[in-house]
Amino acid sequence: MSKQNSTTPLIEIRGLTFSRGERVIFDDIDMDIARGEVTTIMGPSGTGKTTLLRLIGGQLRPDSGSIRVDGEEVTTLSRRALYQLRKRMGMLFQSGALLTDMTVYENVAFPLREHTKLSPSMIRNLVLMKLEAVGLRGARELMPSELSGGMARRVAMARAIALDPMMIMYDEPFTGQDPISMGVLVSLIRKLNSALGLSSIVVSHDVAEATEIADHVYLISNGKVVEHGTPEQLNNSTSPWVKQFLKGEPDGPVPFHFEAGDYLDDLLEGPADAK
Amino acid sequence: MLSKVQQLGRSTISVLERLGRGFLFFIQLIAALPNVVTRAPLLVQQLYSIGVLSFLIIFVSGLFVGMVLGLQGYYTLIDFGAEESLGVMVSLSLVRELGPVVTALLFAGRAGSALTAEIGLMKATEQLSGMEMMAVDPIKRIVAPRFWAGVISMPLLAAIFSAIGVVGGYIVGVGLLGIDAGAFWSQMQSKVDLTEDILNGVIKSIVFGVVVSWIAVYEGYDAIPTSEGVSRATTRTVVHSALAVLALDFMLTALMFGE
Repeated sequence: MSKQNSTTPLIEIRGLTFSRGERVIFDDIDMDIARGEVTTIMGPSGTGKTTLLRLIGGQLRPDSGSIRVDGEEVTTLSRRALYQLRKRMGMLFQSGALLTDMTVYENVAFPLREHTKLSPSMIRNLVLMKLEAVGLRGARELMPSELSGGMARRVAMARAIALDPMMIMYDEPFTGQDPISMGVLVSLIRKLNSALGLSSIVVSHDVAEATEIADHVYLISNGKVVEHGTPEQLNNSTSPWVKQFLKGEPDGPVPFHFEAGDYLDDLLEGPADAK
Repeated sequence: MLSKVQQLGRSTISVLERLGRGFLFFIQLIAALPNVVTRAPLLVQQLYSIGVLSFLIIFVSGLFVGMVLGLQGYYTLIDFGAEESLGVMVSLSLVRELGPVVTALLFAGRAGSALTAEIGLMKATEQLSGMEMMAVDPIKRIVAPRFWAGVISMPLLAAIFSAIGVVGGYIVGVGLLGIDAGAFWSQMQSKVDLTEDILNGVIKSIVFGVVVSWIAVYEGYDAIPTSEGVSRATTRTVVHSALAVLALDFMLTALMFGE
């Protein structure tokens, strides 16, 4: 499926800068996402992890810098070429993003019907295989509204692998899941990655699960890559920020208190309308 | 003072930007027509939910509007001994004005608001983004079939409204108030012109169909993806559509029937 040499990274990000209005989301960051690995991108909420996935998928254009996916420069691709590239990318949204007016079966069949001319019986076989892979073959007649959050994400996974992509991007796959669903998703991401020879990018701030499945971890904050390496390397990091993030400590380099003036002065000042 | 000028400038630029985006969006909808034609089942599905499901409200409203026209027309015309012209009055009022205008207003309230809410919610729940990431263009797959279904439905619904309205006028005028049925129909037949009256009414309803459907799908597609954003977009669809229909109606009437 991949066009490039298997030793080159699947995704190469160089000098990426992206802002929303005055706010700089990414400030000249570099990243490599290796082929065949599960790469986890972690960072505090609102740090731009989902934005990074949208930049890789070409849904957003950066202010400057380069994003190469399997050798193709996403930032300058035409719409048609971008759509061709996206056929080789799967993406799992936080909400699942299933089409609510279609059954589970129709949802998984959707990309096959849109992009292939396969016969209905072939599509049926493929859909059942994909649903079996995520353990939901028996739920094929259900509507998305009848699924739990974890089941919706598994259906979305089946849909994401329908076209046998080279990579899958997972946006916060563990958020709001009970321990069993979380365990199922963790195991599925790992199994799909090795069984289908995929490359996976998992955006998450669930430290335990994200490090459990990751081959490589990037930590980003304030528009920069703070640290990256294998989970072991990160656990052994001496950086106070990395320690605070991985151990979930409430205070440290990221302060508990939002920046404010003197506490006593503030209390003595009285309400603004009393002036 | 300076800040007010700045604010005015910002608002103006923002409105112009939105208009520009809306116009480009409209071009995309027109360009998607071949795609809509080749994928007829998607269009038929939308014709059903936008057109067929609007039938009841159009039928009932048309009947009552026709009945009210019959009643009011009778009380006015009888003072001049011209109550037998009731058929002409009712039919001209309907095909020239009330049919296209009231249908467009009802359509904006019933189908337009539903279109905006549906597309807006699809955006809020990342269904549109999900489609883009599956290399499926949501404008071609989701928005364009809805837009063209609206454009096709409007003149048909307006025709149904006018026809039912005439029946309503007949029920009141002939059935209840005792006007001669022959005079009611024959005067209508001789005075209502196919091109001057009916065709102009059809043109109006097509224009309203384009404008209301465009506003509805654009407001949904451009909605802020939150519950409040979708709610505001839905309100804007109804308000902007109503204002656009009434303003366009005046302009079209002046163009079509002005000396």
